Amino acid sequence: MEPMLVATGLRKTFTLSRKQQQIEKSNQKVKVAVDNLSFVANKGEIYGLLGPNGAGKTTTLRMLATLIRPDEGDALLDGISVVNNPDAVRSRIGFLTGELKLEDFFTPNYLFDFFSDLHGVDPAVAAARKTELFEKFGIDRFAEVKVANLSTGMKQKVSLVISVVHDPDVIIFDEPTNGLDVLTAKVVTDFLLELRERGKTVILSTHIFSLVEKLCDRVGVIINGRMVACDTLPAVCDGMSLEDRFFELYKAHVAEEV
Amino acid sequence: MKNILTVMKKELRRFLGDRRMLATLVLPGILIYVVYSLMGSAFSDVMGGTEDMEYRVLTHNLSPTVATITEQSGLNITYVACTDCAEEHSPEAIAESINEGGYHAYLVFPENFDESIATYDPALGLPAPEVKIYYNSSDADSATAYSTLLALLDALESSMTNRFDVNMSQDVTFDVASEEDVTGMLFSMLMPLLLVILMFSSCMAMTAESIAGEKERGTIATLLITPIKRSELALGKIAALSVMSLLGGLCSFTGVLLALPKLMGGEALGAVDASVYTVSDYAMILFIILSTILVFVSLIAVLSALANSVKEASTLISPLMLVVTVVGVSGMFTGGAQSNALFLIPVYNSVQCISGVFSMSYEPLQIILTVAANLATTGLFVVLLTRLFNNEKVMFKK
Ligand SMILES: Nc1ncnc2c1ncn2[C@@H]1O[C@H](COP(=O)(O)OP(=O)(O)OP(=O)(O)O)[C@@H](O)[C@H]1O
Ligand SMILES: [Mg+2]
Repeated sequence: MEPMLVATGLRKTFTLSRKQQQIEKSNQKVKVAVDNLSFVANKGEIYGLLGPNGAGKTTTLRMLATLIRPDEGDALLDGISVVNNPDAVRSRIGFLTGELKLEDFFTPNYLFDFFSDLHGVDPAVAAARKTELFEKFGIDRFAEVKVANLSTGMKQKVSLVISVVHDPDVIIFDEPTNGLDVLTAKVVTDFLLELRERGKTVILSTHIFSLVEKLCDRVGVIINGRMVACDTLPAVCDGMSLEDRFFELYKAHVAEEV
Repeated sequence: MKNILTVMKKELRRFLGDRRMLATLVLPGILIYVVYSLMGSAFSDVMGGTEDMEYRVLTHNLSPTVATITEQSGLNITYVACTDCAEEHSPEAIAESINEGGYHAYLVFPENFDESIATYDPALGLPAPEVKIYYNSSDADSATAYSTLLALLDALESSMTNRFDVNMSQDVTFDVASEEDVTGMLFSMLMPLLLVILMFSSCMAMTAESIAGEKERGTIATLLITPIKRSELALGKIAALSVMSLLGGLCSFTGVLLALPKLMGGEALGAVDASVYTVSDYAMILFIILSTILVFVSLIAVLSALANSVKEASTLISPLMLVVTVVGVSGMFTGGAQSNALFLIPVYNSVQCISGVFSMSYEPLQIILTVAANLATTGLFVVLLTRLFNNEKVMFKK
């Protein structure tokens, strides 16, 4: 087992504006979104972050993808620090999350070329990759349609393909099957399995138990910004179904905090 | 470097393919040309339309001297003697003949006017012979007839006590202003203001769209997770926006250049003509425009990066428009010798230089200082923009 991504003691707090305080119904000025979170994802495995809404999954992934800086702690990607060397990390990872949008004005075809250029992919390699990926996800049928005129699912497929234009070593997907029909969701999960086959490291977040059971080699359960369990899937489940085990963990940790 | 070009190409493609955006660039120049042409021809209609007008003036005891000098001065006035009346008209009859009788004025001389004025001696203290001109001030033609008659009679009066003349020779042009001077004065007054405002507004919509718009729609985050440097993103965007704004700036400049002579009545007057400037004058203007656009684009870019939406960006930018207008107006009043240090103040220096070039009184050093100061300011704003792109609190604030 060769560790690919090592996160140690990640912590992220957000300062809440008055309006956000009202929405959150609290008078605390600071929200701790992620608290002392550590885990390891090995090369060639799919690592799942499982947690309820607001647990801090997206925040964790955004830190790994260098979009935001951790307040404390660091993560090393193949030995490169996300805090000290974010530019180098960016060229090794592919990140997919709802926050990253594509410009309405352009076509999938143009955007693929544009992002390939920004990642410095050789044009010939990029062209071959484009043909393969567009065919796999059925994007070739709407490759010349402006993003503005695509459906939610179509956009999601294009975003996914664009996130891997540079064939990254580590793929970080935040709820990749959100908003997709079962057929497309299957294409995505098959794609993730294929990536693992090719020795890539996949980190994905979800609140869907079946997805974790089907895909993940190892899993970390996050509740209220803390890692409450992190191990191989059988070890975390401890003989129970993942769902039952999750409720047990949830009760124990929420009770502990109250 | 390659990344800057890639970003630049994308931005150019974005804006060149967008008809609405292109319109915001090209329209101001075209509009100003059309509006000024219309205004110009309206002016010359008002002023030139009276020239071949014939005035009909009803007279009582018309003085032969006045009739003669009217003829000599070539004024298009026809005197019609009131034949059937021995007496002066009553006020009602006067009003009727002017308002309905087709006359523009009613001119009344005392009897034997010519002899009276020849023998009149002011030293005796007697009242001078009085000429009366009745007219209708609410009728433009009648009012013109009145002022023409008044001027004629004034000239007659002053010629009778003539001791000396001022500017009487017909064949000498006393106004020594050349075509260059008139053009220079007009252009140097209006150009800086018009150009600065047009340039600023053409930068505004596009830059806010490109930076605050991308932030608002979440598309800039997709760029921020690619390995390109934030500085490359900032430079690529500013370069592309400047190219587009330069296009708009040149359209506006051409529009204003062609429009100003039109405003002054077109070729008929011949006094205002953009061809009095040399190629190097225009090259100077191009440098100034380019460097000013860089300042505008980078400044608006920084403000747009701070805003969360295009709307918020417009709110932040609009006070600046006011400042720019005020600085533009300053070009109309200041002039003459100025300390070179003032040419280090962005925008103000551009206004002064444009004014200077058009009045043909600039020093090359001032232009060099202006361009250098503007480039330095742009550099500063690019650094600031890069910092903002690096700041997650600014880029991902909700
Ligand atoms: N920019 C922000 N400002 C303030 N609070 C934030 C911000 N981003 C996230 N949070 C808070 O941090 C906590 C964790 O959010 P996060 O998006 O990481 O949850 P999540 O696990 O992805 O949830 P979900 O399953 O709903 O996507 C939430 O309470 C959220 O309100
Ligand atoms: Mg989330």
